Amino acid sequence: MPKKSDYMISRRGFVGGVVGLVGTVISAVVGLPVIGYVVSPALKKGAEEEWITLGPVSALEPGIPAPFTFSQMKEVGWRRARISQTVYAVTDGSGNVTVFSDACTHLSCKVHWEEGRGAFICPCHDGLFDTEGKVVSGPPPKPLYSFQTQIENDQLMILVEG
Amino acid sequence: MATRTAKVIDWLDDRAGLLSVWNSVFDRKVPKVNWWYTLGSATLFVAMMQAATGVFLSIYYIPTPEEAYSSIDYIMNDVAFGWLVRGIHHWGATLMVILVFLHMLRVFYYGAYKYPREVTWLTGVVLFLVTMGLGFTGYLLPWNQRSYWATAVGSSILGTVPIVGDFLLRVMRGGDDLTILTLSRFYGVHIWFLPASLFGLMGVHLYLVIRNGISYVPRRDE
Repeated sequence: MPKKSDYMISRRGFVGGVVGLVGTVISAVVGLPVIGYVVSPALKKGAEEEWITLGPVSALEPGIPAPFTFSQMKEVGWRRARISQTVYAVTDGSGNVTVFSDACTHLSCKVHWEEGRGAFICPCHDGLFDTEGKVVSGPPPKPLYSFQTQIENDQLMILVEG
Repeated sequence: MATRTAKVIDWLDDRAGLLSVWNSVFDRKVPKVNWWYTLGSATLFVAMMQAATGVFLSIYYIPTPEEAYSSIDYIMNDVAFGWLVRGIHHWGATLMVILVFLHMLRVFYYGAYKYPREVTWLTGVVLFLVTMGLGFTGYLLPWNQRSYWATAVGSSILGTVPIVGDFLLRVMRGGDDLTILTLSRFYGVHIWFLPASLFGLMGVHLYLVIRNGISYVPRRDE
């Protein structure tokens, strides 16, 4: 025959349980929203993609990447900031134009075209890319990102994230 | 004079019982050991120096892209002994990483992480990671070319984690790019989250060191 205490929660056990429960509820009510609070800027979607005009295609010399710098207004937290970006346009002489991002595919440092070595060079870890954006040497795992392009009245345009 | 001091200590000890704490911390028995055993205390000392100088730096430092560099420039060139306070914090950061590492090597090579000190070792591992985190977040705060690109590279490394890497990178940066949001969250993590974890864990670490006592130098035949 089981004793009475086997069924009943003691006063001590009851108070302990209530304190634990209330504590858990309070932690959840405060703690869970805080996760959203910390993560929220990471979840913000950027503005729509937009076409940016870089300049005349006829000015490009075949095989020699030319830098173009443009800026976009971007929302950064509570402010709107002008963020500029450099891209490299290169033509093969028969009308094909490729525009590369200057972000190294290794760890996102900025590459620059070095005429003497005929390559895009990343200063951080010596990544080298050729005029087709392909990796020549160094740690980059992928070729340079190339933008979607469009040419209207000799004006070179690229599709960029907002 | 001496009796008066003794009386004050007696009075205080009667009410706070601090003498037994003092005795178990500073009058505990230790085996005959060598200079390598001082690295933990050295780390503690540097950590306290970092905390003190860091608190004072926060009086002038402003964590925004416009003001960060200029405010540090001001500390270095215009504030009396600003160069000293920041210099200690700057070099202390490097020194602390070195000391923590050597301390870890000492414990490892002497096998001092073994029973009953496994938990001390585990808290030490977390303390090591927290120290690295403090170094990483503090490095961005001057917002100069070096710190900007170091953080660009460092956060991109986080981005290489499979599947969730891109999300983690965006959480760390507070968006796609390194912006004012990155700087302010690095600042918050550097002056609150990590120091709070560091000193909390250091308390546990030291409690365990005192509770278990320190290990002796291993002998040749062991």
